[in-house]
Amino acid sequence: MSDLIAQRTAAPIAELDGGRPGAAAPAPRRRRRGPGQSGWWALVFIGPTAVGLLAFYLWPTVRTFILSFTKSGPFGGSEFVGLDNYVRLLEDPELIGALRNTAVYTVLVLVGIPIAVGIAALLNTTGLRGRGIYRTLYFIPVVTMPAAIALVWRMIYNGDYGVLNEVLGVFGIPGNSWLTDPTTALVSIAVVGIWAGLGTNIVIFLAGLQGIPDTVMEAADLDGAGPVRKFVSITIPLLSPSIFFVSVISVIGALQVFDLIYMMLGQNNPAMPNTRTIVYLFYEAGFLDNERGYAAAIAFLLLVIILVLTVVQFRLQKKWVHYE
Amino acid sequence: MSDLTLTEDLSTRAVVAGPTTPAASASPVRRGRRTGGGNWIVHLLLGFGAVVMVFPFVWQALTAFKTFQDSVQVPPVVIPDPWVFTNFVEVFDSMPFAQMFANSVLLTIGRTVGQVILCTMAGYAFARIPFRGRNVVFVVFLSVLMVPSQLYLLPQYEIIQSLGWLNTLQALIVPGIFSAFGTFLMRQFFMSMPVELEEAARIDGANPWQTFWRVMVPLAKPGIIALTVFTVLWSWNDLLWPLVVTTDPEKMPLSVGLSQLVGLHGTDYPVLMAGALLATLPMLITFMILQKQFIQGIAFSGTKG
Repeated sequence: MSDLIAQRTAAPIAELDGGRPGAAAPAPRRRRRGPGQSGWWALVFIGPTAVGLLAFYLWPTVRTFILSFTKSGPFGGSEFVGLDNYVRLLEDPELIGALRNTAVYTVLVLVGIPIAVGIAALLNTTGLRGRGIYRTLYFIPVVTMPAAIALVWRMIYNGDYGVLNEVLGVFGIPGNSWLTDPTTALVSIAVVGIWAGLGTNIVIFLAGLQGIPDTVMEAADLDGAGPVRKFVSITIPLLSPSIFFVSVISVIGALQVFDLIYMMLGQNNPAMPNTRTIVYLFYEAGFLDNERGYAAAIAFLLLVIILVLTVVQFRLQKKWVHYE
Repeated sequence: MSDLTLTEDLSTRAVVAGPTTPAASASPVRRGRRTGGGNWIVHLLLGFGAVVMVFPFVWQALTAFKTFQDSVQVPPVVIPDPWVFTNFVEVFDSMPFAQMFANSVLLTIGRTVGQVILCTMAGYAFARIPFRGRNVVFVVFLSVLMVPSQLYLLPQYEIIQSLGWLNTLQALIVPGIFSAFGTFLMRQFFMSMPVELEEAARIDGANPWQTFWRVMVPLAKPGIIALTVFTVLWSWNDLLWPLVVTTDPEKMPLSVGLSQLVGLHGTDYPVLMAGALLATLPMLITFMILQKQFIQGIAFSGTKG
């Protein structure tokens, strides 16, 4: 869209320029000006962000790495302990639980992707009335604070007087104390995670669907393809770059889930061993137990997991994502 | 309305389909031919989904006006009887709500203005100003994108602490105005713009700053809107960082205020819902007014990012 606008605006000016041949070869001219000068300009443009990222993100990351080899003493100092934190991490029974919980949560959240594709496809029905209204309604959770969302759902899930149990009761389904039952707590939180992220994914998929030219579908119609066949053979492949983008973002987001768990479960929730994720473990170690070296080691483990999963996703991409 | 605009803007349909005009694609004739009588199934499914999406907010709003007794009734009381406003009074009594609201607004404005200016500048330079080592610097920027926030949280906290910034507005704002994501988004945007324009400006004797400010920024509106939407949402809703750097209620934004409210009122849901309603309403109203920008901004990142 933006390209179109820009090109439209740009075209007349380029023409006014009298078809200057130089436009095709901008690089040599810049070099003649001297790399020094454009280097200074680059510094002006990039410098502030570069300094900020260095001070608040890169240096702290390096510092965390160093921190992960230390242990805080009782009086604020810290001593070098080598790989102790990492060894302790691998032996920590809570880590196994946290890894399992994070993996389960991530897989559950991915279920939201086909749901979003389905809803986007329904919204893309040609000539559908009220599309804008539906899209607005589905988008509301996206603009709502996770902290507030968590509170609302905590009330809905409540085992004693939560409205969910009442609704399920209408259909004869027995109620539960969803967030304190270790077998349902994580699934319940994942449902909220899916629900909260649905609007973003729908909007991205809808934009992707609207980019599929009508001619392609009309050609399929002529070939006698039914709606299911068209969806599987045309829509999904043409949408696959968007699906890939959403799944990469969703996995990275799901691996770092914190807000929902922090707000929906109290620290003393009996379901905590079955819901404590890696980031929650990190929060407990770093801020509640004040074990910063150990927390740093947890954070690095998370980085490694994110990197590995992202690389794997980019590798697998070649097998199923179609780029034009 | 906004839905039509989005259709026209984001699809190439009108262009590719040739004789079909955008108006025709929304015409009833077409709908009749394509979907026949099947539309009610679509509405049924979408309607059910919409109820699931909206119900929690309706329930939140209703509960905020219930008495505590009504809120724990089984079967539940749907319509508050009587409607009470004491829950909102309770919220204002138990925390400096107006101050927290102001903090949230300042935090959001500060981060957004800072990030939009800095990221647009840096993104432009990465796209257009050649300099030695540009690719290396860009990869370093990208690496920040991959690193989870937990990794720099502790030292960030230590930096803020050593600057004496704990419980200050600048602690909430300053780290948030530097963004690798925003720089990346804006770079991708500037990359997609034609070079000819800047060439023309340079021939006219404009220096890079003038070219950027007078020619490129006005054209970069879609990218800037997308970045603004992201930063506003992320700033208003951010919990972990403000939770870490503020302990004084007078300095907390609303997200942290809400978590404090839980500590104070436990399971007194009418009060909690009143607080949640007050905390989310400003962003909801903003969204309702600027729907088109919000939705295009998110869609933009999905197609460009």
